[in-house]
Amino acid sequence: MAENGNILEAVNIRKEFGGLIAVNDVDFVIPRGKIVSLIGPNGAGKTTFFNILTGVYKPTAGGVFFDGKAIAGLPPHEVTTLGMARTFQNIRLFKNMTALENVLVAMHSRIKGGVLRSIFRTPGLKKEEQEAHERGRHLLEFSGLRRKDDDYAKNLAYGDQRRLEVARALATEPKLLLLDEPTAGMNPEETASFTTFVAKLREEQKMTILLIEHDMKVVMGISDRVTVLDYGEKIAEGEPKQVQHDPRVIEAYLGTAATG
Amino acid sequence: MTTPAARVRAPDWLGGDLARRWALPVAVIALIVSYPLWAIEDPFRALFVDKLGMDMDTVFQMAVYVMLALGLNIVVGYAGLLDLGYVAFFALGAYTLGWFGSGLFSERNVHFLDVGNKALPGIHLSFWVVVPLAGLICAIAGIIIGWPTLRLRGDYLAIVTLGFGEIIPDVFRNGDDIAGHNLTNGVRGVTQLDRPGFGTTLNDATGGLLPDRYSSLPSELKPWFYTILFMCLITIFVNLRLRDSKMGRAWIAVREDEIAASAMGVPLMRTKLWAYAIGGIFGGLAGSIYGSFINGIFPTSFSFQISIIVLVMVVVGGMGNIWGVIVGASLISWLNFAGLGKIGEWINGVIPGVSNDIEVTKYKFGIFGVLLILMMLFRPEGLIPSARRKAEFKEGEGEASLYDVSH
Repeated sequence: MAENGNILEAVNIRKEFGGLIAVNDVDFVIPRGKIVSLIGPNGAGKTTFFNILTGVYKPTAGGVFFDGKAIAGLPPHEVTTLGMARTFQNIRLFKNMTALENVLVAMHSRIKGGVLRSIFRTPGLKKEEQEAHERGRHLLEFSGLRRKDDDYAKNLAYGDQRRLEVARALATEPKLLLLDEPTAGMNPEETASFTTFVAKLREEQKMTILLIEHDMKVVMGISDRVTVLDYGEKIAEGEPKQVQHDPRVIEAYLGTAATG
Repeated sequence: MTTPAARVRAPDWLGGDLARRWALPVAVIALIVSYPLWAIEDPFRALFVDKLGMDMDTVFQMAVYVMLALGLNIVVGYAGLLDLGYVAFFALGAYTLGWFGSGLFSERNVHFLDVGNKALPGIHLSFWVVVPLAGLICAIAGIIIGWPTLRLRGDYLAIVTLGFGEIIPDVFRNGDDIAGHNLTNGVRGVTQLDRPGFGTTLNDATGGLLPDRYSSLPSELKPWFYTILFMCLITIFVNLRLRDSKMGRAWIAVREDEIAASAMGVPLMRTKLWAYAIGGIFGGLAGSIYGSFINGIFPTSFSFQISIIVLVMVVVGGMGNIWGVIVGASLISWLNFAGLGKIGEWINGVIPGVSNDIEVTKYKFGIFGVLLILMMLFRPEGLIPSARRKAEFKEGEGEASLYDVSH
């Protein structure tokens, strides 16, 4: 695969649960450095598709290639090591760990550690830990969590918890960041500032992002490309403007919101 | 929404953080290290030995349990894996000494740096070789036991580990005829175990400071005490270091949320196996020196009760907090080995008319049960909880609402 091509390619994905077809022959690509959004009404198969992309589910047919490697059926930690990181729709922080500790855990696959080295605290390990802490603090600051390093995750405000999830995902040093409904439950103010933050990720970190969203304002504002799923099928794909005016999309999902 | 109070750091006078963090531990350690020098001599003897029953024998056993509790703390306190069969490692450590430091295999005659009689039949490796060997064997056993069981979670894991804790003493009980080989001497147990010692050369060289061979005379137990103390200090050190390491963070993350942890790149199986193996090592080390000290290993010495009592020590002390676990283990093991008996004597002496009618030790498990219930009611986070634990038990009290109206 070409360096500047697609970071992720899903070819002919089909997923059946018994007789139910949850995802029906969907092709999907994520170009490097872009923000791609996946939208669709409830029950459209977004979450199933998301789980296939992250390797949690094995598709009935078709394949997912991340950076040229097939990832179907790999355990989650190996997918993360390859460079794909995610956030959770229902926040899953390590609640009783501090913000900094949350981020440090996510560096697991990137730092050497070693039980014996940790016990003897070798100079090499000390340096590595210092660098990890330093990097963690930078990430928190970058994510808008300045001075929150030592706060327990559960004590953070809701919007900050969402940011911490992103900071934690970034700590795994991903090539692709998957955000699963990151603005769910946020108030408009938090949503707006979060959207700015996601845009900043692309500009400053050159991050490739897949966004699964309900909130049209978020999707239309920052996406380079939008894919619409309905009943397990891809009904539209293209630039936000284009998708927004697609009659099938309006019919299936956007309804009056598109004209309003 | 309650904003967390900014962590207030006291000024760095008096040597700063370091001194404050270590002043108390160092003072306590100094008192403990010097224990045989002051507590069992007059005038303290009246209190510590006569009143509290903390003679060297009891103190040694307390230290063994501190070590066991610290080992289990890694499994239960850090990684959150409820292990009800921890006694298996304790037993395996003791039997390792039986295999490599006694006359059990009397048809062999292997001696390696041991300090006993060279004419004795059996395999006799130096005690200082057997102890790490016990740790190694227990680490391997931990991985073998953990491989199938750690796929289970929560209650299921507890039940399977309980099973292993029951099976292992049974294996030792029936191990006197495994395909014609006597590996454990069955119910008769293994006796006449090798004792630690440094040999005559080192004894002479240090002017008698390092004993030639440890004695089991009640008045000569100081070397035993210092040996187990040294082992405890190593255990504490490893506990501390691992807590603040990549592995320690991964353990806590796995305890908090397995799915999130694995999505963040933490390999679940390997992380849990490490906890099991390291916990097992300390169980094994404690078992090997304990076996030598009591000079007899029997399948019945390693009952399910030990697993539970060590778990109680961890819970009462404060899961995940090293100092809490040490206090919990010292307290419970003291009650177990001496305290309850002494309390019974005291009750019988103070209350007239019931003289010698109340044998408090008989109600041991009843008392421990009540104690545990009281703990759970009034201080569920343990005597000295870690900050993290304390926060956990406050969960829900100040929980943020989903939508923050103050924004």
